Amino acid sequence: MEFETIIGLEIHAELNTASKMFCGCPTAFGGAPNTSTCPICLGHPGVLPVANREAVADTILLGLALNCKITPRSIFHRKNYFYPDMPKNFQISQYDIPLTADGWLEVEMEGNNRRVGITRVHLEEDTGKSVHIGESGRIHGADFSLEDFNRAGIPLAEIVTEPDLRSPEEARAFMQLLRATLEYLQISDCKMEEGSLRCDANISIAVDGAMGTKVEIKNMNSFRSLFRALSYEDERQRFAIKQGETLVQETRHWDDAAGVTHPLRSKEEAFDYRYFPEPDLVPIEPDPAWVEELRGRLPELPMERLRRFREQYGLSDEIAVMLTSEKALADYFERAVETGQDPVELAKWIAGDLVALLKDAVVPIQSCPLEPRGLGELVALVAQKVISGKMAKEVLKEAFDTGKGPKEIVEAKGLSQIADAGELDAVVDEVIAANPEAAEDMRGGKEQALKFLMGQVMKKTRGQANPEMASDLIKKKLT
Amino acid sequence: MAISIEDVEHVARLARLALSEDEKETFRRQLSDVLEHARVISEVDTEGVEPTSHTLPLVNVFRDDVARPSLPTEEVTSNAPWAADGAFRVPRIV
Repeated sequence: MEFETIIGLEIHAELNTASKMFCGCPTAFGGAPNTSTCPICLGHPGVLPVANREAVADTILLGLALNCKITPRSIFHRKNYFYPDMPKNFQISQYDIPLTADGWLEVEMEGNNRRVGITRVHLEEDTGKSVHIGESGRIHGADFSLEDFNRAGIPLAEIVTEPDLRSPEEARAFMQLLRATLEYLQISDCKMEEGSLRCDANISIAVDGAMGTKVEIKNMNSFRSLFRALSYEDERQRFAIKQGETLVQETRHWDDAAGVTHPLRSKEEAFDYRYFPEPDLVPIEPDPAWVEELRGRLPELPMERLRRFREQYGLSDEIAVMLTSEKALADYFERAVETGQDPVELAKWIAGDLVALLKDAVVPIQSCPLEPRGLGELVALVAQKVISGKMAKEVLKEAFDTGKGPKEIVEAKGLSQIADAGELDAVVDEVIAANPEAAEDMRGGKEQALKFLMGQVMKKTRGQANPEMASDLIKKKLT
Repeated sequence: MAISIEDVEHVARLARLALSEDEKETFRRQLSDVLEHARVISEVDTEGVEPTSHTLPLVNVFRDDVARPSLPTEEVTSNAPWAADGAFRVPRIV
């Protein structure tokens, strides 16, 4: 039997508009319950929704970035269901005529390209939040629920892919690229942990080319849990098939703490949304001139930038992927390159030490205390051998902590290493004269002696000798 | 076009309505009549006619993306039968 994993994703991204989709309530995250609500998003009788132009523009922009066709005339539908997180008892969404459809996004995986079909990108409104109160703290067995509608009505773009992904790794890489795309377009905050970017997945195993039973997985709140949940499910399904068991088509809930998926009760799956056209909202017919104007607003997208970084700056795959995964990080790098320093060195410092410092301090790159110009200065100091790579790490940390420039720090601390050949030459001569035995051992080819002599040079210069130059000088004089 | 008691029960469950046996039979007949009426209309030849979702000759009605003040919090839950600390309280869901 030949097995093949088949995965498709359904992604929801909250758009970062100032106001909600159909009313003027602000869209701020958090806040006390129901402080950002009005009769429209609370679903009071007699109110009328009016579509937010910016949210429509953002969705068209996203469709263009995903190579989708823009639908000449699309409409909203009501998706009817009873659940207290939706005060109207229906969600305004799009059904058979979405704003944009039929596109693709290409992911690069270890040199292999995977073109993933985008079935559709449509626009809808987010739901409210329920907090279930009860002894167990879980939804089952709760005594009552508290409803907060601050999130209800925030514009939500839904992206549905074709079942074109073939492994949990590919699904994660696709999701990361999609997140970067949303971030480059600056239309979403893309915070998975805050729920402004969410992902559900469909996964099945094809056996000898025959379609398998599709399982939907929900509740994956990070790239890591997306990968773990799909890996678990992939293995679970393959094992079941090998055991000759029959898989059921169902929705399963990812339990991150336990590292397993559980089936949701099938009763909740009796979906019958009775979609019908939303009578309170008129159709959208995007003016071709508007679409062209939006097309003109498309920035260089992550994959294009990644390819350019590799070609133009000679960066490795790994570093190019990392730098382009976030627009602000890639921007930071390119501003540092403007200082004229070696792009490969700059990229290494950013992807290594700087990103680690930012992560530890939980500071976004936009607020990095060390400016790109400062990083250029640091790399220049190393290139000119004023400081060693090891010293540079300390200087970088101090620059990051204090906001001072690397040059200033090196001067203030008297850190600069002795890289003057004449000065170092004199020190090495002194050390050799003072340690004739070690010098003799060195001539005799004893490696230990070199270490000892280096130690003496460092001691004499209080650690400020350029190690490479000092070692070369000793070898030259004693062999 | 006739619909069954099971269809009525399904629709009633979706709408969270509790119906008596008599009511189920009443609605079964009434809903069958409605569908029969729709069937008659569906006999009209609509070849080449786009489905009509809206009858107004209007498209692209948008508002600018400008935030306005929301409802004062004390008013938000003032009509709610059950509320706590600004949140709506609802009976257990499942």
